[in-house]
Amino acid sequence: MKIFGENSIKNLLIVIAFSALTALFLILAFILLEGLPFIFNIGIKNFLLSSDWQPMAGKYGIFAMIVGSLWVTLGAIIVGVPLGLAGAIFLAEFLPRWMMRIIKPAIELLAGIPSVVYGFIGVMVLAPLIRDYIGGPGLSIMAASIILGIMILPTILSISIDSIKAVPQSYREGAFSLGATHWQTIHMATLPAAKSGIIAGIILGLGRAIGETMAVIMVAGNAVILPGSPLDSVRTLTANIALEMGYATGMHRQALFATGVVLLLIIMVLNYAATISIRNMNRKV
Amino acid sequence: MINPRFTQVIAVLLLALATLFTLAILVFIIGFILSKGLAHVDIDFILSNPEDMGRAGGIYPTIIGTLILSTLSILIAAPFGIGTAVFLTEYTRESRVTRIIRFGADCLAGIPSIIFGLFGFIFFVTTLGMSWSILSGSLTLAFMILPTIIRTSEEAIKSVPYAYRDVSFSLGATLWQTVRKVVLPNALPGILTGIMLSLGRSIGETAVVIFTAGSSLRTPQSLFDSIRTMSVHFYILAREGLSNEKAYATATVLIISILAINLISYWLMIRFISKRSG
Amino acid sequence: MKLKIVIKVIIFAIIAGFSLQACGKNKLSITVAGSTAFQPFAEKLAGLYMAEKPNTHITIQGGGSAVGIQSVLSGAANIGMADLVQLPPEAKDLNSYIVARDGIVMIVNPKNSVKNLEVSQIRDIYNGKIKNWKELGGNDHKINVVSREAGSGTRSSYEAIIQNITLVKEAIIQDSNGTVRETVANDANAIGYISHGIINDKIKALTINGVSCTTEEIVNKKYMLVRPIFLLTKGAPQDRVKAFIDYVLSKNGQDIIKANGLIPAI
Repeated sequence: MKIFGENSIKNLLIVIAFSALTALFLILAFILLEGLPFIFNIGIKNFLLSSDWQPMAGKYGIFAMIVGSLWVTLGAIIVGVPLGLAGAIFLAEFLPRWMMRIIKPAIELLAGIPSVVYGFIGVMVLAPLIRDYIGGPGLSIMAASIILGIMILPTILSISIDSIKAVPQSYREGAFSLGATHWQTIHMATLPAAKSGIIAGIILGLGRAIGETMAVIMVAGNAVILPGSPLDSVRTLTANIALEMGYATGMHRQALFATGVVLLLIIMVLNYAATISIRNMNRKV
Repeated sequence: MINPRFTQVIAVLLLALATLFTLAILVFIIGFILSKGLAHVDIDFILSNPEDMGRAGGIYPTIIGTLILSTLSILIAAPFGIGTAVFLTEYTRESRVTRIIRFGADCLAGIPSIIFGLFGFIFFVTTLGMSWSILSGSLTLAFMILPTIIRTSEEAIKSVPYAYRDVSFSLGATLWQTVRKVVLPNALPGILTGIMLSLGRSIGETAVVIFTAGSSLRTPQSLFDSIRTMSVHFYILAREGLSNEKAYATATVLIISILAINLISYWLMIRFISKRSG
Repeated sequence: MKLKIVIKVIIFAIIAGFSLQACGKNKLSITVAGSTAFQPFAEKLAGLYMAEKPNTHITIQGGGSAVGIQSVLSGAANIGMADLVQLPPEAKDLNSYIVARDGIVMIVNPKNSVKNLEVSQIRDIYNGKIKNWKELGGNDHKINVVSREAGSGTRSSYEAIIQNITLVKEAIIQDSNGTVRETVANDANAIGYISHGIINDKIKALTINGVSCTTEEIVNKKYMLVRPIFLLTKGAPQDRVKAFIDYVLSKNGQDIIKANGLIPAI
């Protein structure tokens, strides 16, 4: 049975343990190597602050897409956070444990449904509804926001439930003993105590929304404009990459990798924010 | 001032409504797909080859493609993920090194799938010359699911009570023997839950697969062949407007597989929890 | 023990994978990549060809015309498919064969009353100068312009033939012929352009300058929105690659192309 000695196993595990870091390093290196030279070549200002995207004419401005990504993500937050948070409070505070144990995994199922299925339902059901009853082309920020909001809902819900459950019972007892109702206890004692965990959940959801590709391509319409209303069509950074990658060569392809660099930067900032709020949560509890 | 009892009733009502609404969305999505697709799914659909670009026939090659791609990606990622978790929990104390490793895994978890797709395309497909193939696709997917496996395995291993290890050590077992015979078997349900989660993720993934494994609609002959997964097939059927009927049917098979995977991992989790508290 | 079993399974899987790979090598394999517009036809032709010659294995990849050209140049594919009116400069050294021609059709929703457009009107719609169907004799609705992504062969050909198009920024962008068709089929005020081969009854094809897109009008050179479809090889094609291209160009192959909605090359 003794094929490996204790020491060689330990050494092997050390090597394995760095696999995630190696993977991260490889990914960053390859994306940056393809994308960064391009950004410096055409100038940060021309790339980030122009919304003139005509790769065939040598114009590579992605400002409209940065704005598009932010709009769609903001919309997803407006849809997903109230629903996710409300669901989390209800499940964690008002339902018996056994019911929560059934309903929580059911809602988490939403996270398992492939994004193409969401996109498809967005195209078949949601976009026509918006076009017929509200206006615009249907394929719009609004459609994308609703779809993304539903997609990030389970993330927000799960993490919020965990952080509400993590609030020590003594907090609640303190409020109850002062004669507060259950609801007053929740919004005056429990929620403030669970705040940083909930925020971490929202930021993770944000990251998922900004990184989602296929569903957005299908429902956002992909027009390269600075949107004026939620009914306008937009293109996100992710959609830009996936839409044009198949056809891109030379400068055009580098421009798409550069789009990936910008996306990575935004995600990194978000992750950093999430890490900090999770750290705050751990310190408090 | 409004009666606090009254406020509470309103608040609870709103919360309950929001929860119901969320559940209704879930029921609607699954119901919508199943009601339109279930009628077109039969043994023939699952076991026959597609004809005419998928307008007719079945989806056999895409099921095979999905199975091979997701299994292989887990076979690649699991040893690394579980190994990392064992190292982090059993072989070292909390230190700068473990923090850096965890930070790396967290960063990796936050990277959007389209970036993995770009990377897989430039690294495996182009630089390493592996073309669009099962191998390129499953390696890229393995990168993508690695952090999930690390995280869930770590949690699972941490929850194995220390007393178990102490008993093992007192019997003269070495660290590795303890890990292999005591820690891992007890953590197995938790680890499997993580693996099932990753399985679900790689089955549902589309962008990464198109970029790295291609979309060839044939049963693969080798690991260097391009394949098409069910998700990609559904995307192409629906987007190219080839056949809505076949698209719904494919989505039905896809959703049922995802449901099954989730049920299994839920069952594993419950077993795990009852074992831990029992 | 469980770990051991897992390790055995992994080793077995790898060995099985490589032996499968070895089996695959015995077959003559051809990789074809490129134009998504020609991909369905290539799939069909490849399927029939493989039925005739079971020891040939043909893989068809989409990706787009640019990918087709790139992968032939780099050797990733044996044959590239491109559907551009003008091949880009980097393709100058490649051997090219026109295997089919494809009409590009302007399409609107069946609910739309407009039936014909002049080329200048099409240009103005896509430039954003004409914004309402009213100006073209239709209902008082804003025109929802649908186009393809930058780099697409269909879009490059379309813009090269219509000329002087700077696409209106509000245009909805879809990434394939099929999605353009679906978008127009779902939106009563949309206009788009797709390959002639995939027209169905959910959308309405417009005539251009009074000429409709039919095989006869294309052969007579009266219909103007036509592009060639190329198969590209690096250097003169050899044995199995040549055999497949010959098959596509044969009477048999051309009949299949025609039966599925493209215009034969000959």
